[in-house]
Amino acid sequence: MSRLSGAELTIRLLENQGVTHIAGIPGGFNLPLYDALGRRGTIRHILARHEQGAGFIAQGMARVTGRPGVVFATSGPGATNTLTALADARMDSVPLVCITGQVPLNMIGTDAFQEVDIYGMSISATKHNFIVRSIDELLRVIPEAFAIAAGDRPGPVLVDIPRDVQAAMVELDALPAPGVPAPMPEPDKQALTRASELLNRARRPLLLLGGGTSSPEASQAVLHFMETLRIPAVMSLQGLGAIPHGHELAVGMLGMHGARASNMLVDECDLLVVVGARLGDRATGRLDSFCPKTGIIHIDIDACEVGKLRTPQVGITADAAQALRALLPLARHNDHQKWLERVWACKAEHGLHFDRTDEVCSPYGIIAHVAKVLNGAGLVATDVGQHQMRTAQAYPMTHPRQWLTSGGLGTMGFGLPSAIGASLAKPEETVVCFTGDGSLLMNIQEMATAVENKANVKIVLCNNEALGLVQQQQDLFFGGRLFGSAYTAGTDFVRIAEGFGMPAWHLDQEHDPESVLEQALRMRGPCLLEVRMSPEEKVFPMVPPGAANSQMIEGVNS
Amino acid sequence: MSGAITSELTTLHLSVNNHPGVLSHVCGLFAGRAYNLEGVLVTPEAEGDVCRMWLVVKDDGRMEQIVKQVRKLHDVLDVRVGHAEPAVFNRLAGCLEC
Repeated sequence: MSRLSGAELTIRLLENQGVTHIAGIPGGFNLPLYDALGRRGTIRHILARHEQGAGFIAQGMARVTGRPGVVFATSGPGATNTLTALADARMDSVPLVCITGQVPLNMIGTDAFQEVDIYGMSISATKHNFIVRSIDELLRVIPEAFAIAAGDRPGPVLVDIPRDVQAAMVELDALPAPGVPAPMPEPDKQALTRASELLNRARRPLLLLGGGTSSPEASQAVLHFMETLRIPAVMSLQGLGAIPHGHELAVGMLGMHGARASNMLVDECDLLVVVGARLGDRATGRLDSFCPKTGIIHIDIDACEVGKLRTPQVGITADAAQALRALLPLARHNDHQKWLERVWACKAEHGLHFDRTDEVCSPYGIIAHVAKVLNGAGLVATDVGQHQMRTAQAYPMTHPRQWLTSGGLGTMGFGLPSAIGASLAKPEETVVCFTGDGSLLMNIQEMATAVENKANVKIVLCNNEALGLVQQQQDLFFGGRLFGSAYTAGTDFVRIAEGFGMPAWHLDQEHDPESVLEQALRMRGPCLLEVRMSPEEKVFPMVPPGAANSQMIEGVNS
Repeated sequence: MSGAITSELTTLHLSVNNHPGVLSHVCGLFAGRAYNLEGVLVTPEAEGDVCRMWLVVKDDGRMEQIVKQVRKLHDVLDVRVGHAEPAVFNRLAGCLEC
C-alpha cells in the first residue's frame, strides 16, 4: 500500500474503526498525531479547552451512540487531565479510547519534560491500557483497544504512544481488519431453567433495570419481556429511559432519592430480577436490609457483578437482551393482577409528587417546562447535585440513550462537555444540560467549545450559590453547620456566557419567562438560561447515607 | 508480608502475557479491591511470551470473586485455584537468602 509514519498509521486505523470525531488538545508529544490528523482531513477534530472536557465530550458521543468515543491528549498534564473522565467512564461502563502522547521510548524514566507514567496511573481508571513500544504493535493495539472498549461490559481503554513511535516509518500492504467485540457466549441453559422456575413460582415478581438495559436493543427486549409477562419494573439512575416514563408497568427510580413506592415495592416483591444493574449503594441503601428475604435473579454481562455484593439464587452472565430473549419462552404467563393492583395503588399513594411545577422559576417547575416544550424529543444531560436528582425524579424520559448522567463516579463538571458531545453526535437534536453553579464552574471553559462548534446545547443553570447537596447533608446530618459550601462571590453567569459568545438570560428577571424559555429551546446553537433558587430547598425523599431504603426522610415532594 | 506464610492460604496459578505492565495490573487489582495478597512469584515460560505467576492469597470468603476479577484482566490467559502447599513459598524464601 504505502509508507506511513506511526502517526499516519494511527489515523488510518481510527478511520478504519469508523471514527468520525476526536475530542482533544494538542501538545508537544502528540503533535505528530495532530499533524497526521490535520493533513488527512477525514476525521473531525473537536478542540476542547481542558482534557477532562475532551474526555467528557467523547463520553457524550459514546453515551448517545453506543460506539467508542475517542480522546487525544498530550503527555504529562494532558494525560493526567483525562483521568477523571476515564474513571467516570469505567464506573458507568462507557466505551472510550483515549490516545495519549508520551515522551520518546529512550527518555521514559528520566523525568523528562511533561513525562508522567500515565500507563501506571491509568490502570485502575481504565478497563485496559497499553503502552505501544514499536510501530508494529500499533497494528495490533489500536484495533484491540476498540474491541475491548466496546466488548462485553464496555469501558475506557488508554493507549499511550511515545513520540518516536509516532514518527517511525512502516511499509504496509493493507490495514488490519477493524477491531470488533467478540460475541458474548450464549447464556447458561441450566441457569436459565432455574431462573424460569423461580419466575414461574413467583407471585410478586419485580424487575430492577440498570444501565445494562440502556441500549435500544436491550430496551426493546425488556419491554417485550415485561409486557408479555406483565411484570412491573423499578429503575436505577442509569436505567432511566430503558422503558418510557409513564408506562403502566414502570414504577420509577429506586434508591437514595428515588420514589418511596419503588423502595417499598422492592421490599414487598417475592422475586427481584436484576437486569444490567450492579446493586450500587445509592440504589440499594444498606445492603443487609435490601429485600433480605427475597429471591434474586441477577443478569449481568460482567460475571464479576453476579455475586459481588449479594449472592443471587440464580446468576446469569449475559447481555440483557440475550438473556431476556432466552428466558421469555421458558416463562409461564402467570396472572399477577393482584400484585399489579398493589403496585398501582402503591405508586398512586407513594409515588413522587412535585412542588410548584406551574412556576417556571422553581426547582421542579423548570424541569417540567423544559419537558413540556421538548415534548418527548431532545437529549437530557445533567451535572451532579440536587438538580441531577430532581431531573432524574421528574424528567419524563421516553427512550434509551436519551439520558446522560454521571452515576457511579458522580463527577461534577460532567454536564456541559457531555452535552456538547451528545450534540455533535446527534446534531439534529436539542440537548438540554441541567446544571448547578458548583458543577458548571468545574468545566465552564467548554462554553468556548460549545460556541465554536455551534453545539445545540441549552444550559439550564439552577443557581443556588452553594453546593446544594452538600449543604443538604450538612443541614440534616451535621447539625446544620454549613461550612465550606456557600458560593458568596455573586458570580454573574449570564455575563460569563455572553463573554464566551452565547446568548444568556436571567430567566427569573424576564417578564414572560415561559416564552423566553421556549424561544431559547427552539433556536439553534448554545445558550444559557439561569434560574435562581434557594439553597434551602432540599431534594426529597432521601435515604440517609448508610441507612436502609425503608428509612426515607420525607419532604414536600414525597 | 510480615512473618512466615501459613497454610490457611490459597495459591492461584496464573498464566499471563509477558510484558512490563502485567505485574502492575495484577497487583493493582489486589490493592484496589482490598484483597489480601501475601506472596507473588513470577517466571517466564516457553519463548518468553508468557509468564507463570503464583499468587498466595488469604481467603477471606471472597475467593470466587477474586478469581473472577483476576480472570477479567485482559493479560491473564488462565487462572487455576492451586492446591500447592503455600509453605513452598517459605522454603523458597530460605533458598533465596544470601
